[in-house]
Amino acid sequence: MVQVVLIVVQVIMLLALAPFIVGVIRKVKARLQCRRGAGLFQPYADLAKLFRKQPVRSSTTSWIFTAAPYIVFASTVAAGLLMPVFLSHTPLNFAGNIIALVYLLALGTFFLILAGLDAGSAFGGMGSSREAIVATLAEPAMMLSILAIALTAGSTNLSTIVHQSALLEGVVLAPPAHLMALAAMFIVTLAETGRVPVDNPATHLELTMIHEAMLLEYSGRYLALMEWAAGIKLLVLLTLIVNVFAPWGIATSLAPAALATGTAVYVLKVAGLAVVIGVIESMFAKLRLFRVPELLGAAFILALLALVFFYTLRG
Amino acid sequence: MPTLLTVLLACYLLGGLLPLCTSRPHLQNILTHGAAAVAGLAGIVLGFVGLFAAQPLTLSVPSNIPLLTVALRLDPLAGFFVLTISLVGLAASIYAQGYVGEYAGRVSAGLLGALLNGFLLSMTLVVLADNGFFFLILWEVMSLLSYVLVVTDHERPGVREAGLFYLIMTHVGTAFIILTFVIFSQEAGSFSFEDFRHPDQRLPEGLRSIAFFTALIGFGAKAGIVPLHVWLPYAHPAAPSHISALMSGVMIKTAVYALIRVYFDFLEGVFPWWWGFTVLSVGAVSALLGVMYALMEHDLKSLLAFHSVENIGIILLGIGAGMIFHTYGLHELAALGLLAGLYHTINHATFKALLFLGAGAVQFATHTRDIEEYGGLLRRMPWTGLFFLIGAVSIAALPPTNGFVSEWLVFQSLFLSVQLPTLFLKLMLPIAAAILALTGALALACFAKAFGMSFLAQPRSAHARQAVEVPTSMRVGMGILAGSCVVLGLAPMLVVPLLDRVTGPLTGVAISEKVLALDGWVVAPVTVEFSSISTPVLAALLVGAGLLGLLIARWLGKGVRARYTRTWGCGLPLTPRMEYTATGFVQPIKQVFETVYQPTVKLEREFLEQSKYFLRHQRVEFHTEPLFETYLYRPVVKKLLALAERLRVIQVGSLHLYLTYIFVTLVLLLLWAG
Repeated sequence: MVQVVLIVVQVIMLLALAPFIVGVIRKVKARLQCRRGAGLFQPYADLAKLFRKQPVRSSTTSWIFTAAPYIVFASTVAAGLLMPVFLSHTPLNFAGNIIALVYLLALGTFFLILAGLDAGSAFGGMGSSREAIVATLAEPAMMLSILAIALTAGSTNLSTIVHQSALLEGVVLAPPAHLMALAAMFIVTLAETGRVPVDNPATHLELTMIHEAMLLEYSGRYLALMEWAAGIKLLVLLTLIVNVFAPWGIATSLAPAALATGTAVYVLKVAGLAVVIGVIESMFAKLRLFRVPELLGAAFILALLALVFFYTLRG
Repeated sequence: MPTLLTVLLACYLLGGLLPLCTSRPHLQNILTHGAAAVAGLAGIVLGFVGLFAAQPLTLSVPSNIPLLTVALRLDPLAGFFVLTISLVGLAASIYAQGYVGEYAGRVSAGLLGALLNGFLLSMTLVVLADNGFFFLILWEVMSLLSYVLVVTDHERPGVREAGLFYLIMTHVGTAFIILTFVIFSQEAGSFSFEDFRHPDQRLPEGLRSIAFFTALIGFGAKAGIVPLHVWLPYAHPAAPSHISALMSGVMIKTAVYALIRVYFDFLEGVFPWWWGFTVLSVGAVSALLGVMYALMEHDLKSLLAFHSVENIGIILLGIGAGMIFHTYGLHELAALGLLAGLYHTINHATFKALLFLGAGAVQFATHTRDIEEYGGLLRRMPWTGLFFLIGAVSIAALPPTNGFVSEWLVFQSLFLSVQLPTLFLKLMLPIAAAILALTGALALACFAKAFGMSFLAQPRSAHARQAVEVPTSMRVGMGILAGSCVVLGLAPMLVVPLLDRVTGPLTGVAISEKVLALDGWVVAPVTVEFSSISTPVLAALLVGAGLLGLLIARWLGKGVRARYTRTWGCGLPLTPRMEYTATGFVQPIKQVFETVYQPTVKLEREFLEQSKYFLRHQRVEFHTEPLFETYLYRPVVKKLLALAERLRVIQVGSLHLYLTYIFVTLVLLLLWAG
């Protein structure tokens, strides 16, 4: 029973927090551009509005176009359930390890690419094609950086990794392997969630957009689900980073006090990371598409070095 | 076993001979494919019998020919492959009933069916054979029958060349296989597999290593490992689609069977670490290059053929990791690697055969294989589209399908390299895992292309516009395989114990109990704490979360109905020419990996006489360099041809001279013998 409650709480938390994180990033960017910017809760209003609007569908599309938003949404939420959020032991720990999480996100990407192609406009195809190359290059780097962390913890199950590192008291400095894996993971996160310098979520220029191009034909509730799923994906990857690399403060038991602090610390940490992303988005320009492989190649090398360091510096 | 075997033999033979009794094509079609389907069912049962047999079942008939004994042996390993072959064979025979309509008036349905029966029978017997000589005969029959089937369409350009290429490569492979068996027979004293297993004396180390390499090359040529894969993308697509499905789905798996048989059975699983490492490296290279070349293919069946190279690579990654663990005495991990490889073997058999049948259905409906001419087929062929999508999701290893489970297991066995004693291997296995991750991501991109360009958006040619759904028998054939994909993915608790029966005798440990946890709901090699997945739970989560999304959308947007309109074409009416093409889709990938592809663009332009600013005519040609053909095979062929040219001086065409040659040779031989 407790387990079921925990799962429900985790779902609600993911769904509720995702728009907030998007709001934080937008706010930071606005402030850095000396604008006031919309309120932190504007994305909630946007979603609610989109859900109520009449969707317009292209008459050339197939059922893939309608099903894709639900599949993308479902795969992202399912991925979010496999990792610990505010409590180090997530009830669905057994259902999948970190590879399953990565592949669930890939399932979403697959249908997103298909959705981009279905409407038959050149923009959608362009976005799909670019998404394919970015996702392709991000995956090996992600897998290696995950492995570097998994080896340190002796497990590839996220709850075990987080639980173990949370219980280690007095961890002040992370080993170099961890830092490199963290850097690699952060680059991968930026690429996977379509942030600057890989993609620009605020653009609608056909020459630069990737994620937005795939969503171009969507409107109404379909667009709402897609946008929401994108927010949840960002939240999932940020949660992964904060909980795996900095699990301090996460609740390790079901005691109410621990849960309360765990939740508060978690929200603070994720919001903090969102601020960092907002700053990065304001400081850097978007890279040309054909420079992105170099960035992701660097992430791959960093992850590989993390692995080498793990083996050589340990003993 | 004898009863089942008799049924199987009788059905395949009847299927081969019955078409002779009647001249009505329709009846021929039903008789021959019906017999093949019944034999397939018998084969599935026979496979299970083999898997559950406590002792290997044997059957032996001596013959007058020296060295040859007609010996059959059904152990769990053979049983597993009989099961795989028969399952795909069953689906292919049902599918063929409708599909041979494509050949009506050109090739007799009875002939095609008879060849199909012979092909299936030879493959089944290859994995059952227990005598080297017998094995080679069957292997040759299998190769020749598949060659004949490949050149079914011999009047089409390129098909004969593809067939010839296949014939040459498969015989080069056979030569190496003969060499392997000759080496084994040195100590065994006969060609019986039983003697190979228990020779009087163990082979010296050097000979064992030579046998390792000859087996890898010989069977690798059939399996399509890089760089021996070059024939595969020509030959597999040239055959009729249900034959392509069998060739890619199961024929190349007989090579996987033979490799496991040789390494773990004949060589008793005793080998140095670099054997396993060689297999692992070959697997990693095959996986990566296979998928990379597949991405650039715009012929749907060639694309699928290249993916066979990729998947053989993934299978070898599992087997190679298992071999490395085996060397270091980590028997449980060895069993895990082998199990992962075998799981991927049956998975690949099902989803690749499904995709080939799907490609055949699309070809049946559109009469073309060029992806650029498809588009919008999902609305015209909903069932084929759905089945192809299931196959695509499976081969891209996305949860909760079967491809995901086996690729996940391969990942796990590579990650467990942490238990190996040397730093080199500890680093190499994770790098293999990274290559596998890249391969998986590229496969995702490739099947997003294959499905998206073929089935979505608007039709890009008249062929695609006029396409209609294929006959029921073809849909049933595809449906069987699609169902198998789903079951193999959602029920690893049923598959793992079966596979454990195969790997147990080979590695000496049973790991079924250790791989499955929580009453089988979770696949967890080592412990649930280390790593685990549960595809049924993942599927439930996906369905649950999808329903949640649906509920929220319904609740918030109550009473809102979608409106239909045309896609915005920037003010112009939307035409299929505005769509992204398959070539355009993979352009970024081509540019990023240009070292591998070495792309060239040929641009021909013709201008108006009055002004050089106005084009009269323009032609663009894209080309990627097939590295192995250009830099490895072409020079060798060139040398061979030059040598043949030189030898022509003794070939003058005079019969008298040839008789003299024969006489001189005879005298020399007699002198040498005396």
